[in-house]
Amino acid sequence: MKNKYSAIIFFLMLALGLHSQDVLIKNGTLLTITDGVKENTDLLIRNGKIDQIAKGLKASAGIEVIDAQGMFVMPGIIDAHSHLGIDAVNEATDPNTAMVWVGDALNPYDVGIYRALAGGVTISHAMHGSANAVGGQCETIKHRWGVHDPDELRMEGAPRTIKFALGENPMRVHGEGRRITPRTRMGVEQVFRKSFADAQVYMENWNQFNSGKIKSPPQYDLKMETMADILKGEILIHCHSYRADELLMLLNVLSDYGVKNITFQHVNEGFKVAPELAEFGAHASVFSDWWAYKFEVYYSTAYNAAILTKNGVVTSINSDSRELIRHLYHEAAKTQKYGDLSDNEALRLITINPAIQLGIDKRVGSLEKGKEGDVAIFKNHPLSIYAVPQKTIVDGVVRFDIDADPDDIRIDVDPNETIPAYIETQSQNAKGCSDGCMQGVHEILGHKH
Amino acid sequence: MKITRYITMLTFCFTAFLLNGQMSQKSKNGSFLIKNATLVTVTNGSYVGDLLVKDGIIAEIGKDVSAQADQTIDATGKFVYPGMIDGATHIGLGEIGAVSLTQDYNELGDFIPHMQALTAVNPNSVNIPVNRVAGVTTALTYPSGGLFPGTAALIHLHGYTPEQMYADFRAPIMNFPSSGKRGRWDRRSEDEIKKQEEKALKKLNDIWSKAKQYARIDSLALAGNKKRNDYNPQMDALLPVVRGAQSMIINVNKKADILSAIKWVEEKEIKAIFMGVAEGWRVADEIAKSGIPVIVGPVLDNPRRNSDPYEINYANPGILQKAGVLVCIRTNETENVRNLPYNAGFAATYGMGIEEALKAITINAAKIFGVDQKLGSLEKGKIANLFISTGDPFETKTDITDLFISGWKVPMESRHTLLYDEFLERDPGLDSRK
Repeated sequence: MKNKYSAIIFFLMLALGLHSQDVLIKNGTLLTITDGVKENTDLLIRNGKIDQIAKGLKASAGIEVIDAQGMFVMPGIIDAHSHLGIDAVNEATDPNTAMVWVGDALNPYDVGIYRALAGGVTISHAMHGSANAVGGQCETIKHRWGVHDPDELRMEGAPRTIKFALGENPMRVHGEGRRITPRTRMGVEQVFRKSFADAQVYMENWNQFNSGKIKSPPQYDLKMETMADILKGEILIHCHSYRADELLMLLNVLSDYGVKNITFQHVNEGFKVAPELAEFGAHASVFSDWWAYKFEVYYSTAYNAAILTKNGVVTSINSDSRELIRHLYHEAAKTQKYGDLSDNEALRLITINPAIQLGIDKRVGSLEKGKEGDVAIFKNHPLSIYAVPQKTIVDGVVRFDIDADPDDIRIDVDPNETIPAYIETQSQNAKGCSDGCMQGVHEILGHKH
Repeated sequence: MKITRYITMLTFCFTAFLLNGQMSQKSKNGSFLIKNATLVTVTNGSYVGDLLVKDGIIAEIGKDVSAQADQTIDATGKFVYPGMIDGATHIGLGEIGAVSLTQDYNELGDFIPHMQALTAVNPNSVNIPVNRVAGVTTALTYPSGGLFPGTAALIHLHGYTPEQMYADFRAPIMNFPSSGKRGRWDRRSEDEIKKQEEKALKKLNDIWSKAKQYARIDSLALAGNKKRNDYNPQMDALLPVVRGAQSMIINVNKKADILSAIKWVEEKEIKAIFMGVAEGWRVADEIAKSGIPVIVGPVLDNPRRNSDPYEINYANPGILQKAGVLVCIRTNETENVRNLPYNAGFAATYGMGIEEALKAITINAAKIFGVDQKLGSLEKGKIANLFISTGDPFETKTDITDLFISGWKVPMESRHTLLYDEFLERDPGLDSRK
């Protein structure tokens, strides 16, 4: 469609890893997020990191120069809730599956990664599903589209995270589907209390063994190891949740066990307990406007993000969807309709705030010297409906370029593949099963939604 | 003691009633003069002027309207647009996605065109105020499911009975038999797929020849030349389509299916509207040549094939429109019909242009549903479905400040705004808890 020749070269270079991590973006309007808006300013990325932000920078020889005159340059968008790039979402076989990890099954060929890049998204939080009260561990990935080695998707050094889930999903899967606790929100609480209490005992036993007080070692248990790491503050909790009462329940449990790091995901009723969330220091990662797809989101409002923000809760807008992740800039813009957030407040929801929630805000989420070279360049302001992402850069490498966008974007094409064209829309399908978090539990629920 | 309990109970019931209500204000009827607004008429350009809403219609519109009115609204610096029309939704037919007993759009049976969406529209659905305050005043609401899942109805998003809401268009829905795989989970072999496809087409054609036969006998009986048919509600529902008096909406998405649906419509000599049309961009010229209008969307959706260009779904409405197809846009939503202006906005951005995208959700939708004499633009005598905004309704920064549906001034509130008002600064907040 566009320039076929340049598209082929662009993709060949990406596929062969022939790319420099140096790029100079000239004369853009920089939406720095943490340091205001800078007109007609240059941004230099060297060795994958932001090296300079200033006017009139000169490119040294061999550095790729992007003319961003009249364009908007913002930090790469970050999605704190996604299921892109993973081959399995739910290990729906136990109310606590803390031992599993979605990072074991990364898929660099997931076309969704390219489509997210085409929406300016450079980092997503590939999450385990919400079938279990304590779900599996998640993986923060960088959208390095073009790599073949699954390990190259990982954001090295990003903190470990784990999925928790409250309410209907664990109740349906285990209580209704498997006739075991939890079938109610009372049961959900006790899964957490038992898991944390067990982990304390497990830690004590190991301490006693290590200090020589007992002779034989306790049995190694990966589930308990993970729970212990949560208690030690080494893993950030991201908890699928909706109702105000269940949020307070988990805050009480965490207080009892001294756990501080928690981001509530979806959290449609977060606005009802915004003061409590703010006091605890809990974060919220929400949909812009999804509601009424299940009973526990019926009494919610699209003004959620605005109410949370104005009550001092660190809030992000997430996608949990292969579709929404393509236009998170538009999803964030809806907070200007629902609650009149300022441009910077709205942009924080998809940049520095999700970075805080993933524990990577020292590295990404704003345009600052020393941060990683993750940048999205837009024609028209990203909060305008007329915004069009032009180039998306990860670690100084242009991974999406609208001028080199091929007709067929798959990296791995199987000539024998029969290409399905689905009848129903994917977004409808996702909602039919409540949300993206319930992939892979149909076997247990017998295909009933 | 007993009396105290009784009063407590009464108070509780009354409070509960208020909480479950979706509005604290009533709609107002009467005459309203909107002064000094930029009137975006859609059919007659845009200019600064006045507009009089009276007796449910746009009674006057022009550069300077002087008339007595119950209320005069100074709209200096603001804009008036015709109400937006969503090409296809389930609004009013579904309340809570995962609670099946609140879903009324999917009846049992494969051949049930007599199922009437309008019958099951819940005028008090919480979804209705939530979505109309975005400026969507009218929507097609349709049944889905099997081959002929029922008859869709165009409704205004205001009123306390389905009849008050009805916007004078209905049409049976047909899901055109689909070829190829249905999704990743589809494990059928190529042979099975082909056989099932042929079987489905044969079934459709059998039904259609019976429907034609039914219509022929019915005509003869009406002329007194033959005994009447035994009553068959399904066949009865298709009579106006067979006779060419009513359109049928055909849900069809894949390229190959669109091409065979065009052939099918031409063979049967019926009036058709295509819906979905996700791969319309592949066969835009063929659709244009057929003269069949389309309800396309959702625009904010993924492309159908992994190999497809990322933006093709955004571009689809524009490609069709430029080829000469009459296009309107659907959200295909139940609770988020309010995203219609954003679906149109993305279509505008990716090739359709602002003017054509606006037409797609106003006058062109009205044309496709045969109600363009009454809806879809700001013209004297048309039904007063319109809204006042602070700017371009495609932009999320824009606020809708006033809303009129069928001439009623509708309050700008819904569950979502009421919860905002209640919880932005919650009382009691933290301090009283301790």
